[in-house]
Amino acid sequence: MADVQKSTRNRQDFENTLDSSDANVASFVYEQKGFVAKAQHFLHGNPTMVPVIVLVASVIIFGLIAGERFFSPFNLSLILQQVSIIGILAAAQSLVILTAGIDLSVAAIMVLMSVISGKLAVELGVPAPLALLIGFGGGIGAGLLNGFLVTKIKLPPFITTLGTWNIFYALMLWLSGAQSIRGEDIDNTAPLLKIFGQAISVGSARITFGSILMVIVFAVLWYLLNKTAWGRHVYAIGDDKEAAELAGIRTDRTLISVYALAGLVAAIGAWASIGRVGSISPTSFYEGNLQSITAVVIGGISLFGGRGSILGALFGALIVGVFQSGLRLAQVDVLWQVFAIGWLIIIAVAIDQWIRKVSS
Amino acid sequence: MSDTTQTIEPIVKGRGIVKRYGRVTAIDHSDFDLYPGEILAVIGDNGAGKSSIVKAICGAVQPDDGEIVIDGEKVHFSSPIEARDKGIEIVYQNLALSPALSIADNMFVGREIRKPGIMGSWFKMLDKPEMQRIAREKLTELGLMTVQSINQAVETLSGGQRQGVAVARAAAFAKKFIIMDEPTAALGVKESRRVLELIKDVRSRGIPIVLISHNMPHVFEVADRIHIHRLGKRHAVIDPENYSMSDAVAIMTGAMEPPPIEQQQLSPK
Ligand SMILES: Nc1ncnc2c1ncn2[C@@H]1O[C@H](COP(=O)(O)OP(=O)(O)OP(=O)(O)O)[C@@H](O)[C@H]1O
Ligand SMILES: [Mg+2]
Repeated sequence: MADVQKSTRNRQDFENTLDSSDANVASFVYEQKGFVAKAQHFLHGNPTMVPVIVLVASVIIFGLIAGERFFSPFNLSLILQQVSIIGILAAAQSLVILTAGIDLSVAAIMVLMSVISGKLAVELGVPAPLALLIGFGGGIGAGLLNGFLVTKIKLPPFITTLGTWNIFYALMLWLSGAQSIRGEDIDNTAPLLKIFGQAISVGSARITFGSILMVIVFAVLWYLLNKTAWGRHVYAIGDDKEAAELAGIRTDRTLISVYALAGLVAAIGAWASIGRVGSISPTSFYEGNLQSITAVVIGGISLFGGRGSILGALFGALIVGVFQSGLRLAQVDVLWQVFAIGWLIIIAVAIDQWIRKVSS
Repeated sequence: MSDTTQTIEPIVKGRGIVKRYGRVTAIDHSDFDLYPGEILAVIGDNGAGKSSIVKAICGAVQPDDGEIVIDGEKVHFSSPIEARDKGIEIVYQNLALSPALSIADNMFVGREIRKPGIMGSWFKMLDKPEMQRIAREKLTELGLMTVQSINQAVETLSGGQRQGVAVARAAAFAKKFIIMDEPTAALGVKESRRVLELIKDVRSRGIPIVLISHNMPHVFEVADRIHIHRLGKRHAVIDPENYSMSDAVAIMTGAMEPPPIEQQQLSPK
């Protein structure tokens, strides 16, 4: 039993050939044959390329169909203006979807906060900046509630936000009494609320502050997601939450911050929406939740989390805007716009599935 | 053999650790000792509770009973982050990597380096070139990776290459001790050899290592002591100089009675 096996304290015999073995380590050369496999690999590394290609292609196609009217600076700036609110909501939605969640409540948060800020500023005489700040705080609070329910009570994001969507919507109807706050009343008491409806004219293009705000929102979120540790953590959580936790990420804290930030972005969208609509209407943006998800999905962000760039959501929103504008200019019935968007969603998800196969 | 006048204190001292998953008792009043400067191998059948006990030590699971003393201080880690802050690193059996993130991102996840100056302190900007440089350096040391591939997503690596990333990550950051749960399971002959050399290197830096492995030649080559885990308990601790591999396997599987306690190697020689 105590026979000391000296040989086992050293390398195994079969390992002795290692000294003379090739010292090179495997290098990563992909000998992919065929264009399709190459494209699949390229898209896997550059997930935003799909929406960019679709955007460029649809601009060209609708340009050919609708001609000069489509390409007029006025029309292009109009598209930007029309997608600005859904774009901001899509930015908020992207944050949550990147964590493999979903936020059905973003548009409800937005409308609720526009009603709260409007009530305070227009009817209760609260200074407009303070009313807006309260709206932002409300957006963060609503997001924190979602984040708390998802992480601490461990409810699925879909169910959580389906619930809070209804709750926020009902609160909004109650606060507004189902009445709009008229544009003139806002102009007279708190014009600051409508500032994002104003525009700078460049030639015949009318670029609204709301459009500029949307671009800024995307730029800031892109920076956070790609250049900070927080952003890396968001991706890691969406990828594999358990692994992220073991690797040393405070996943609950990060998730709560994601929902809170989504709520804040929705509240910023609330401010922009007042300028866009011109009044505060409880019936506006009822489909905003689904439209924001549409933009995110068309933008190539995976519903399974962890994959895609937030800029994809911007392109996704623009693609929807281009389709709507192009089909309208071509005088196609609205129902075919809806029809086309439906196919876009399905194709986008199919492409996402195909790209993801690279890894397996 | 065992020295009762031993004065060195263990780095990790676990007593009566219990961990249940629902009705399964994965660890059943088990003890555990890791001493400074040693390589402690942990062997045992599948499901013996090896992964569970090291997870309890590093905070990935919370034991239901018993106490864990690290450096003379009783600890109750509620997450692996707390263990990591104390310089404890672990290579999980399932690696705990984020597939879509790059090798460099994975190595620094949760302890990212920021740019110097206001870009880092105010704008929280990551110093990606620096992280890539260090990651490349660590992987080259380990000889598991070409240097061009540092920004490659981990999901595009082979199983063995992924294991290399996880091992390099642990070795790069450990200050107190490292736990490796089957670090060579997916590795080729050459790569396993590198990891074994790395384990010895780490020991010579004075950092003790817990090595869980089913590979007896590896265990007998590097281990100073072998902790045999059986049915959720520490069954015996033996000195590899005094027992053969077949003895170890016989004790592990219950085919042979463990040696009496005074012949065991409960602390280093
Ligand atoms: N998360 C879990 N939930 C429920 N049971 C678990 C869980 N993890 C481990 N177990 C159970 O605990 C027991 C010990 O598992 P553990 O993973 O610690 O074994 P191990 O010794 O590491 O095995 P292996 O050699 O296969 O890695 C097993 O019976 C297993 O079924
Ligand atoms: Mg195990």
